[in-house]
Amino acid sequence: MKALRAFWFRPEMRRKMKFQREADPEWAQQVAQRPGCEGLFSCLQCGTCSGTCPLSIYMDFAPRRIIGLVREGFREDALGCQTIWLCASCYACAVHCPRQIRITDVMYSLKREALQYKLYPRRFPIPVLAQEFYGIVSDRGRSSEFWLVLRMALHSNPLQLLTLIGTGWRLFRTGRLSLHKEQIEHVKELQAELAGRRGT
Amino acid sequence: MRTGVYVCHCGTNIAGTIDVHALIGYAGSLPGVALAREYKYMCSDPGQELIRQDICDYKLDRVVVAACSPHLHEKTFRQAVEQAGLNPFYCHMVNLREHDSWVHADKPAATEKAMDLVRAAVRRVKWHVPLERRQVPVHAEVLVVGGGIAGIDAALTLANAGKHVYLVEREPTIGGHMAQFDKTFPTLDCAACILTPKMTAVKAHRNITLWTYSEVRQVEGYVGNYSVTVRRKPRYVIEKLCVGCLECIQACVYKQAKVPDPFNLGLSKRKPVYIPFPQAVPQVVAIDPETCIEFKSGKCKKTCVEVCAERNAIDFKQQAEIQTIQVGAIILATGFDVFDGARIPYYGYGLYPNVYTALEIERLVNASGPTGGEVVLRDGRKPASVGIVHCVGSRDLHTNRYCSRVCCMYSLKLAHLIKEKTGADVYNFYIDIRAPGKAFEEFYNRVAEEGVVFVRGKAADVYPAGNGDGRLIVQAEDTLLGMIRKIPVDMVVLATGLEPRADANDVRRLFNIGCSGDGFFLERHPKLAPVNTFADGIFLAGCCQGPKDIPDTVAQSGAAAAQALALIDAGVVELEPNTAHVLEDACSGCKTCLPLCPYSAISFVEEKKARINEVLCKGCGTCVAACPSGSIRQNLFEDEEIFEEIDGLLASAAVGGGPVRIQGDL
Amino acid sequence: MTSATYGYYPGCSMRGSGIAYEESLVTLFRLLGLTLQELRDWNCCGATSYMCIDENLAFLLSARNLALAQQTGFRELVTPCSACYLCLRKVQDYVQRYPQVAERVRDSLAVASLPPLDAVKVRHPLEILFTDVEPERIRSKAVRHWHGGQVACYYGCQLVRPYGEADRLHNPTRMDELLQAVGVPTVKFALKTKCCGGSLTGTIHPVGLRLNYILLKEAARKGAKAIATVCPLCQYNLDAYQAEIRRETGEALDLPILFFTQILGWALGGDVRSLGLHRAISGRRVIDEWFPQHPEEVESYV
Ligand SMILES: Cc1cc2nc3c(=O)[nH]c(=O)nc-3n(C[C@H](O)[C@H](O)[C@H](O)COP(=O)(O)OP(=O)(O)OC[C@H]3O[C@@H](n4cnc5c(N)ncnc54)[C@H](O)[C@@H]3O)c2cc1C
Ligand code: SF4
Ligand code: SF4
Repeated sequence: MKALRAFWFRPEMRRKMKFQREADPEWAQQVAQRPGCEGLFSCLQCGTCSGTCPLSIYMDFAPRRIIGLVREGFREDALGCQTIWLCASCYACAVHCPRQIRITDVMYSLKREALQYKLYPRRFPIPVLAQEFYGIVSDRGRSSEFWLVLRMALHSNPLQLLTLIGTGWRLFRTGRLSLHKEQIEHVKELQAELAGRRGT
Repeated sequence: MRTGVYVCHCGTNIAGTIDVHALIGYAGSLPGVALAREYKYMCSDPGQELIRQDICDYKLDRVVVAACSPHLHEKTFRQAVEQAGLNPFYCHMVNLREHDSWVHADKPAATEKAMDLVRAAVRRVKWHVPLERRQVPVHAEVLVVGGGIAGIDAALTLANAGKHVYLVEREPTIGGHMAQFDKTFPTLDCAACILTPKMTAVKAHRNITLWTYSEVRQVEGYVGNYSVTVRRKPRYVIEKLCVGCLECIQACVYKQAKVPDPFNLGLSKRKPVYIPFPQAVPQVVAIDPETCIEFKSGKCKKTCVEVCAERNAIDFKQQAEIQTIQVGAIILATGFDVFDGARIPYYGYGLYPNVYTALEIERLVNASGPTGGEVVLRDGRKPASVGIVHCVGSRDLHTNRYCSRVCCMYSLKLAHLIKEKTGADVYNFYIDIRAPGKAFEEFYNRVAEEGVVFVRGKAADVYPAGNGDGRLIVQAEDTLLGMIRKIPVDMVVLATGLEPRADANDVRRLFNIGCSGDGFFLERHPKLAPVNTFADGIFLAGCCQGPKDIPDTVAQSGAAAAQALALIDAGVVELEPNTAHVLEDACSGCKTCLPLCPYSAISFVEEKKARINEVLCKGCGTCVAACPSGSIRQNLFEDEEIFEEIDGLLASAAVGGGPVRIQGDL
Repeated sequence: MTSATYGYYPGCSMRGSGIAYEESLVTLFRLLGLTLQELRDWNCCGATSYMCIDENLAFLLSARNLALAQQTGFRELVTPCSACYLCLRKVQDYVQRYPQVAERVRDSLAVASLPPLDAVKVRHPLEILFTDVEPERIRSKAVRHWHGGQVACYYGCQLVRPYGEADRLHNPTRMDELLQAVGVPTVKFALKTKCCGGSLTGTIHPVGLRLNYILLKEAARKGAKAIATVCPLCQYNLDAYQAEIRRETGEALDLPILFFTQILGWALGGDVRSLGLHRAISGRRVIDEWFPQHPEEVESYV
């Protein structure tokens, strides 16, 4: 098998072929049953979603192909791609889709699964941001932009901090950069609520 | 009582879900049942023969057939019973398929339900009494509503067969949508060349009474004997006197045409006195009271009247005329409406002047259209590139779910015509090209070879180009290339779909027929009775039943005409005996029933009693249920029959040992 | 109507980069005689990021805010941030649509001794100003003429999609109508609901920049001298990176990015500081010209 990976010396090349055994139709069925992901199988592959998406021009698979991949059960491709992370959750696709598929919610669902199984692209800043955000909000109940950006940069690309200095200064000067760590009074209560069912 | 019970397998339709063997075992054990049999296809000849033979051999006096819906085979089995010398109404059907096997998956439970249903029927049928069908004569005239290609063709077929036809058209001319086209796919023959001879033939035919600018107001009666009221709107021109010289239009005090012309979808203007298009039939002008100065102020010089001089055809005082006609059959051919492109805001129809609907382009390419057949933009320029957006208002849950069936093909036609006339680059944005008809695929190939571009992807957005050159960008994912494309065009054509007429629901009520989920008129059976409706004697033709192209429309209008012919040529119709009747001794004359009857079949007679005209009664049962003194009865729905049936049905739901007893007045 | 009190859920941005939005909103409501009462101990709505990690927890965050509002007795909760607005409404939609979500939310709220969700109406200031106050009343309360130029109204994505009812989905116009009521000319802006990229400016920076560049460029091309927004994130993205966009593209874009509440508040007599107009980064020159520190002096010239 390994030997057959003819392009091992060229990691950027992708094989454009699928064996049917790589498909996981059960997974596809299971995704289609998650709240928000209904109707996947009624997709026309019309491309309206990709056409309205402001970010599809940067995506490795535009939204239509994500739906296609999920539907065919190609789980690794659907979960390992950058597309789902580039999705800015603008819902343009969801309100245009002629089959009323809520593509944005499908994207969310895939993001969650990708994080859970650590299938997301490494060193890609968006999942890092999401996790940092999650951490801050779970700890303190509110997010604070300064600390969030700082933590994200440290965990993905510390050099980025240099480029942020200019923007940071402009915000600071206009009183829009607060160094205060926001926190709610009843953090314990919030955490109890969240923990009430955590892990189900 | 010697009842025979027959259970049909319907292949595996019934036997797959219901244990037929157990069912007949059970049925055979019921009191009064002489024998119970199963058979693979009861409706087949051997199946029917089985029943006939048993009636003779076993002296059966009642028959229960447990099979499919009575809609499909009640006639068949009643006939079989009749052939064996029994009154046909001694036969009763149980709908095991639609009511049981098709809607359940659990075999034991479905079998149990089947036993309940059969038991109910066995108990009911013993109360059946012999009934007679009544025969009534049929009017030989036919009403056709709508003068598009469907109505025209049906009217001509019937008229050629020697039947008198009333053709009622709402607009001042017949022709329908087809009259607006230049060419027709896939052969590209000229629409006018094939349509206008038929239109003139309608006018000239001695068997056709053509009423344009008219509407059906009221429909009464029943199959073979409809009484229809038609309102002829005033066109302020006496049809008999107008010779169609059009001099009045020339002479109108309006030197310039002022009013948007609906026939050209507002792409040109017309005067208050007008004729919709040069080949209109009848060749009679009409005056629009909304815009005519004489109507608005009464102070017009009336130059039109002057020039009409001795013909004296113009009559500002003309009133609407009411006509009542008797017909045996009715054909509805009211056609379709075009989807309103403005309902999809992101395509910019109504916002950007160079976004058109396909029907507007049909007018532009038409030699008798607003531009004399030139395809030009609103500012007169020739487009150098054109984008045709498919599926506008079709295949979309936000608008219409169904496929409009003709848009792919007319888009190909328009692509070809635009390219031919302007040399423009033409891009089709499509989801699927649906070209399944005769010579359609060949036409698609031809258009593709001519260099028309096909981008597989639904257009997602139309917006003005960023560089300010006045072009529009059509944005779509080219799903075959896997790329987003932004294609600049001068003109966008929206292939808008076909919708039910805005007033389809009113028309449906007027004629007492149904609509399917999409809003088009509902046929009696999608495969086997595609031009019939659930109202006997009313038939459908053309796009009022669903989107279709001209070949299919004409095929359907032929079928509708043949159905109408078969009906009236028989001379008589048989009426089902399931009608209601008043027990005159018991009737207290309270008149409760009178206003309730939807068919006005009840009258109040001198003896101060209600009386039901059995010919008008459709057996809906409304009056039977409403009568406070219980003095209206209905054949096949006698109290004993219904209560026995209910008791039989609920017998297995016995509570506390005994069967559930339903008390007298339920 | 004049003395109406609304429950107010600010959201995290109001305490950081979007502070001017809160300042101008409070000022505007005060000038209209409306009161905003801040929800006690509110927490983050979860935004888009939380939804990526755990849907249930994201719903619970929003649910807590709604439950707190209920406990306080608010029938309506106003939130100026489009993301908060969407999150709060989305949990309501999901609770209605999916019994399993409803059950989980109910259980978890019970753990924190909070009441189960009932009908708190989540509203956006745009909708309140348009339907409760109405443009006509705002016009009648205006005390200043508009001396500025044309404005492009930018609605962004999350406010109008799919759970909201703040305005029409595909072609929202309420902000335009409100601004026009106080004499502000608005331009036809085809990109008014195109996404600004949200947090992309912070993650995949060049992509985020490009989205904002397109928006700025189109607004300028349509003759707009400023952009009005309804969302703190949109305002931040469009405002904070213009210097960088100028550098990258070499184009002279320098547009003030205003909150619609700043413009309305100005028309109703608010001053620069109380409307947070001094906090803008881009288009400073235009802002100083349109919103002078001492408007009375300018006013007397006309
Ligand atoms: C843009 C476009 C291009 C097309 N091109 C082609 C083509 O090239 N080839 C092809 O085969 N098909 C084509 N079609 C399809 C074609 O138009 C239809 O198949 C055909 O017109 C159907 O005819 P019809 O008589 O059923 O309906 P219609 O043409 O709609 O006629 C119905 C008539 O009934 C009248 N009417 C409606 N309601 C009432 C009422 N209540 N009382 C009295 N009268 C009433 C109307 O005024 C009208 O005259 C095209 C369709 C469109 C939209
Ligand atoms: S818009 Fe909807 S139907 Fe079309 S490709 Fe995307 S998900 Fe499928
Ligand atoms: S929600 Fe995501 S996938 Fe959908 S259009 Fe917006 S960015 Fe693209």
